[in-house]
Amino acid sequence: MDPLLGTLRLTRLVLRLDWPRLLTWVAVLAGFPILTAGAFVELYADAASRNGLVATFGANPAYAALLGPIYDSSIGALTAWRIGVIGGVLASLMAILLMIRHTRDEEETGRRELLGATVVGRYAPLAAALLIVIGTGALIGGLVALGLLQLELPQAGALAYGLGVFAIVIVFAAVGSVVAQLTHGGGTARGLGMAILGLAFVLRAAGDASGPEFLGWLSPLGWFTRLRPFAENRWWVLLLSGTLSLVLAMLGFALASRRDIGAGVLSPRAGPERAPTSLNGPFGLAWRLQRASLVGWTAGLAVIAALYGTVANNVDELMSGNPQLAAVLEALGGTEAITATFFAFTAGILALFASAYSVRTALRLRVEEENQRAEPILATATPRAAFMASHLLVAIAGSAVMLGVGGVIMGATYGANVGDVAGQLVSVSGTVLGQAPAVWVITGAAAALFGLLPRLTPLAWALLVACLVVGQLGQILRFPQWLLNLSPFTHLTAGSGFLPVAVLLGIALVLLGAGFGGFRARDLATS
Amino acid sequence: MVKRFGSTVALDGLDLSVARGEIHGFLGPNGSGKTTTIRILLGLLRQDGGAATLLGGDPWRDATELHRRVAYVPGDVSLWPNLSGGEVIDLLGRLRGGLDEKRRRALLERFQLDPAKLGRTYSKGNRQKVALIAALASNVELLILDEPTGGLDPLMEAEFRSVIAEDRREGRTVLLSSHILSEVEALCDRISIIREGQTVETGTLAELRHLTRTNVTAEVAVDPTPLAHLPGIYDVRVDNHRVSFEVDGDQLSVALAELARLGTSSLVSHPPTLEELFLRHYRQAPPL
Repeated sequence: MDPLLGTLRLTRLVLRLDWPRLLTWVAVLAGFPILTAGAFVELYADAASRNGLVATFGANPAYAALLGPIYDSSIGALTAWRIGVIGGVLASLMAILLMIRHTRDEEETGRRELLGATVVGRYAPLAAALLIVIGTGALIGGLVALGLLQLELPQAGALAYGLGVFAIVIVFAAVGSVVAQLTHGGGTARGLGMAILGLAFVLRAAGDASGPEFLGWLSPLGWFTRLRPFAENRWWVLLLSGTLSLVLAMLGFALASRRDIGAGVLSPRAGPERAPTSLNGPFGLAWRLQRASLVGWTAGLAVIAALYGTVANNVDELMSGNPQLAAVLEALGGTEAITATFFAFTAGILALFASAYSVRTALRLRVEEENQRAEPILATATPRAAFMASHLLVAIAGSAVMLGVGGVIMGATYGANVGDVAGQLVSVSGTVLGQAPAVWVITGAAAALFGLLPRLTPLAWALLVACLVVGQLGQILRFPQWLLNLSPFTHLTAGSGFLPVAVLLGIALVLLGAGFGGFRARDLATS
Repeated sequence: MVKRFGSTVALDGLDLSVARGEIHGFLGPNGSGKTTTIRILLGLLRQDGGAATLLGGDPWRDATELHRRVAYVPGDVSLWPNLSGGEVIDLLGRLRGGLDEKRRRALLERFQLDPAKLGRTYSKGNRQKVALIAALASNVELLILDEPTGGLDPLMEAEFRSVIAEDRREGRTVLLSSHILSEVEALCDRISIIREGQTVETGTLAELRHLTRTNVTAEVAVDPTPLAHLPGIYDVRVDNHRVSFEVDGDQLSVALAELARLGTSSLVSHPPTLEELFLRHYRQAPPL
């Protein structure tokens, strides 16, 4: 039988089932650079203001670690600098998540088996998933290029930018095709994919900041910055992405053809015959189900925090050597010192990371419900409130632990560099932990959706993306204040005092209460 | 009880009563509302009309208290991929408030389940066994079993029957939803048959049989055609001197008198099998 038989039919099936999800990704990923470029066109029309941006951020390794280097003062190049890495991370995330969703998850639920018994070739499911993700990437890249052209940016640069985004998607689609073969469960495959993405991020950041430059060449995310869209447009860099994608995809197909349906290359261990005494109630169960993911997320956040803490040192050096620049930076960061601004900025990134964790963990409630695993628990003497509280407690306490660990590591690495560990530890971890109330507002929103509008729980992710846009782009794109105020993170700046904290905690509590009330009164989802 | 999901009516005035200490068979075609009924009884869904009482309490309001006295086996058991079967049995037992250690060991033995395997590696039958052992090993008054033997092989099914029979002797109440007629016939004291959210029959198997037709086949001396004109006689088939027909329970003596008059030389009669009862109720057109 033709191993690819049925690929197109499967592709159509996926498109029919999943088009809202795909279109959301397309809108976010294509919208990001186009909106940013559009705002740059308006806000930084004259060369002088753009040169100011370059002078402020261009030579600063800390910002190079965050966002990548600036290669040119044109609008296009500034867009690529400001949004390229964040967009690249999101595009990679999309590619990995979609690949695993349409391969390993399908196998885990047994739907793949149903299809496999029909006239479908051995390679067809993987090929269909690749087609979908690569097609989505092509659509995103094409829209980005067209959107940038529409803003009358140079043709070559727009094309390079679009192709650069597309290249990131195909590389991580191929990464997804491999990790999906390795493990038994979708969760582990996702963890593995995220770890690879994290490594790519760290390598690029190290290569772009003060580390050896070749490190950036080891990262597919680094290839985007090294493509230098709107500057040199080094087309040959795209060959790296093409080659790596081809090799990885072939590896994925080879692994797929060598294993049984449902099995992974890495085989699962046996479990214990008896439950440990800790597995004695809903909280013990939630902890058991979520602890591995908490460890993974915390480790990822710790690496990023260490990276930021290390590069933060350069901000100070830069400032002491250049009083003129220091003045510009002071003006840019308001009354606070530029290092504090840097930490406020990175604390915001860590907080978004922790929020993503807490949304995912809170929405585990919905996953358990939809997979009929909540039913046997709620048919025992477990009150609904306890079931709900168990996962939310992990989400709330877990995100606090992540922020604490991130703050301590960022403060300690920075403190070690400037010779003031104790002082920096307290002040930096205070800044990072101070973000917790905003994180919990997002957690509360996820809980409220679960209780009141369970079908709309994905909106919690939309909320998080909105906060990401406001937090990352709100200042530089000069969003109106009321729009900035809609994000809970806006209100937690240094010296904002106790009132915003109290208000945000109050909002979080109200949202949580609404969620509990809704879940108590509603029917459980039935299959 | 009445339960609607949007515009579809899942339960349309369903009636069900299960006496303490009995094993009650709960039968009905796919989609007739068995699982919905069970979920209401467990407080997982709330009925839109009517009332339900479980062990003297309100299944929605008193759910937590009642669930200490109830164990439930869903029809389609999904386990946590990373928890072993043994862990799930212990967890569900603890959540119900205790597990009989001796029974746990004995049941693992009888159902031949390896408790060290992870949830994702169990087959459907083995997942079913995990839920069954967890339910059967807990000290509860009432077992609610929703098609519990769906994935079990015949040996395991026989084991299930003997365990339930022992449970009955210990005075446990069982509500058993099932499609396996021999299982229901062997185990159940009373049965209820539902269709499209309504109860169509309820009673002991003997009562249901009594209410329904008996199959009769006889050899007679003369032409048996006149039989067909008697009231309460259906489906008459004549083949020379051999006649077979179905007769309503309350017309049986009239039919027998007529057979005697016709000079019967041999007679075979049997009550309807459960399968016949089933088919009759399942196929029946919905009342207008």
